[in-house]
Amino acid sequence: MKKILSLSILSLAVAFSGCKKDSEFLDIPPISIIPTETAFSDPALVISVLGDLYNRMVDFSSLDNGWQSFADFSETFPSENGSYWIVKNTGWGYGNWGLYDYGYVRDLNLFMQRIEASDKLKAEDKKRFAAEGRFLRASFYFEMVKRMGGVPLILEPLQYDYKGDPTYLQRPRAKESEIYDFVIAEAEAIKNDLPTSLEDKSRATKAAALAMESRAALYAASIAKYGATTPSVSLPGGEVGIPASMADAYYQKSLEASMQIINGEAGPLSLYKSLPVLSENFAAIFLDKSSTNTESIFIEDFKAFAGKTHGYTTNDQPYSISDEGGDAGRLNPSLNLVSNFEMLDGTFAPIPATDGSGKAIAYENQEDIFAGRDARLAGTVLLPNGLFKGKRVDIQAGNITAAGQIILGEGDLAEKFIGLDGPVNGREFRTQTGFYVRKWLDPTIGSGRRGRGSDVAFIRYRYAEILLNAAEANFELGQADLAADFMNQVRSRAGITVPLTGADVTFDRIVHERRVELAFEGHILFDYKRWRIAHKIWVGEPTGIVEIKTNLGKALQRSTQPWGLWPYQLADGPDAGKWIYKEVLPSNVTGTNRFLLGNYYSQIPDNVISANPRIIRQPNQ
Amino acid sequence: MKTSFRYIVALSMLASIASCKKDNYDSPSSQLSGRIVYQGEALGFENYQVPFELYQPGYGGSAPIRSSFGQDGSLNALLFDGEYKLVVPNGQGPFVWPKTNGNPDTIAISMKGGKAIDLEVTPYYMIRHQAITVSGTDIVADFGVEQIITGVDGRNIGEVALFVNKTQFVSNAGDSKIIRKIDNVDVVSEQKLPGGAITDPNAIHLVVPIPELEVHQNYLFGRIGVRIDGVEDWLYGPVIKVTY
Repeated sequence: MKKILSLSILSLAVAFSGCKKDSEFLDIPPISIIPTETAFSDPALVISVLGDLYNRMVDFSSLDNGWQSFADFSETFPSENGSYWIVKNTGWGYGNWGLYDYGYVRDLNLFMQRIEASDKLKAEDKKRFAAEGRFLRASFYFEMVKRMGGVPLILEPLQYDYKGDPTYLQRPRAKESEIYDFVIAEAEAIKNDLPTSLEDKSRATKAAALAMESRAALYAASIAKYGATTPSVSLPGGEVGIPASMADAYYQKSLEASMQIINGEAGPLSLYKSLPVLSENFAAIFLDKSSTNTESIFIEDFKAFAGKTHGYTTNDQPYSISDEGGDAGRLNPSLNLVSNFEMLDGTFAPIPATDGSGKAIAYENQEDIFAGRDARLAGTVLLPNGLFKGKRVDIQAGNITAAGQIILGEGDLAEKFIGLDGPVNGREFRTQTGFYVRKWLDPTIGSGRRGRGSDVAFIRYRYAEILLNAAEANFELGQADLAADFMNQVRSRAGITVPLTGADVTFDRIVHERRVELAFEGHILFDYKRWRIAHKIWVGEPTGIVEIKTNLGKALQRSTQPWGLWPYQLADGPDAGKWIYKEVLPSNVTGTNRFLLGNYYSQIPDNVISANPRIIRQPNQ
Repeated sequence: MKTSFRYIVALSMLASIASCKKDNYDSPSSQLSGRIVYQGEALGFENYQVPFELYQPGYGGSAPIRSSFGQDGSLNALLFDGEYKLVVPNGQGPFVWPKTNGNPDTIAISMKGGKAIDLEVTPYYMIRHQAITVSGTDIVADFGVEQIITGVDGRNIGEVALFVNKTQFVSNAGDSKIIRKIDNVDVVSEQKLPGGAITDPNAIHLVVPIPELEVHQNYLFGRIGVRIDGVEDWLYGPVIKVTY
């Protein structure tokens, strides 16, 4: 009885305590979400919204989307057991490199709408934020048009009315040229709303907007001009392909944008020339985040011990100098790339492993074989016996007798003569081509540890590229002398002593200069695509050593398989102790790169086409 | 301990019985087979390089089933019974697929049990009276090339070639012809002849020396290919086995 009484009192108490008004009980301001009006009332909060939008920018190869994004196209060999597919593949899928993210576009459009609607922000803040939003949106459309051609141009957040008929949301693809026009027009429209100060290079500046314009107009121009060589890579509605008649106007646009940067209208920018040793200087461009780096224009910044770091150094540091025992050495530049660095007098020569009669040349020091080359070689590639973090890499494939017999040691010493850094076929995390990558590799203590990570910034746009953009635009507009001037600035910084004259500047020169200057910066695929030479370089047939040694500096030099250059130490004979080199195709390279016409524009996913019948398909796939 | 074991047995029996419902479709069982032909003669392609797409309208989205023709121009697909539409995407294959307003025509296929179809197309060229034989230490191909599409839409011959491989997959692709490294230099078992160097398209003669293989075999496979200017896919003849 007592029990029933106490139970009923208890349940009554429960029932009454639940008798609050719904509005009192449910309408509690959320503590984990900042409402839109609050977020857009305070500049500090807007920056955190903007920070997310900056973080979602897409780069083709960047330090935070993995070392593999640098690895393809036979510029490197991937030294990791799980990644040999890159060199075993016989081509690329039509869907590769695709980008179709209207979720991000919507967020950008919403951002701009809310900035516009906000009445609590100061007018000057509003202006800058809106310009940054438009910069990010234009960048993203540029990134999409590079990969997909014309895409629907959506400039306002779309809202579905849930009435069952989404046709009013289905937009067709814009012309490829319209997207480029949009990027160029946006850059022009916002450049004066953005700061000219280059204090914070991870945010949009006037220079960043102009650099984007310079690159985008150049892409559009070359697609217009060289697209004529591949007439089948186009669609009748212009969603893919740009008429050749528009080329000159785009080149002009690109040149104007480049010249504004070169003339200093967008802040004090110049080539980085801080260190006396040219190769060290070149490597430092990609490491120096201080204000002495006048070369970088727009970067993706990282910060150690603050949650934004990347594993590039962990993945690619030399094995013997690894901070993270055993985690190292994945990205091995190929001989294909290495051979294409010129001699200091501006001539091309293969890496001299053998003399004219085919006999191996013996070198006193390992690095002698690379003597007299473009300083960018040692700045981009860590060569045998190269210095990193105060130690020298140990790259040796074995000993060799004067008669040519390779000795690796016997019994317990089976591998006595093999370097700690390789090369041995199939031994992952050590070089298998004889080279390690140096660009972006962080010499800071601890940067190779997984826990700490590296905070080297990724440079999206830099001054040297602007010079090369200006050179290319000048060349295509028939002003070869001006083109030579701009190229010579970049080349003399690399130590090349003989300047180019206007007559020396050819299409091959333009292609070559960008390949060596901008290696591992995410350019090669899009450059080869816009010049429409990708299908002529990546032809799907093996690359022989003859091809590696000839046609150096030529735009159409075949490069379908990454070769290596292995050092051996002579064990006897008059040259005992000296080094000889052998060109080697790493045994894991069994595939060949084949670029099909259908690869020029990435496939639009089936679900997109199926949801929006107005989207037309890419050509040749 | 005993009880828990008994429970486990009981539970697993229950689970196996409970799952014995029909919850799956039967796998597709209607075989669609066919060939790409010109006047009844099959065309040859590189394996996996000439795609076709099958659409089955009426099931929500419109994503196709993608597949590709075999070396001998054959197509095979296991399908459910129903209505399908077959199409070869634009710009694929060394032939002209019928088009309307620039869009490739679909071919309606009604599947009910097995079905065999011949897809008639117009190739740019046909390889005629081909013969691949052994002559001494050489593999010799004799053939003619007949231009089918002439006039404004006609295209020139880029090159003709004889390829030789150890296996029955033979083509211009890097892994479909014998490539030997001799002193680090690639020696490819092929002979290519540029279109401009052909004197009589009706009597082309190509020779590839029989390569010395690491593992001896007394047979090889040869195949004739034609590259047409401005067309990505090569046209091939049948794979011919030669013994020596």
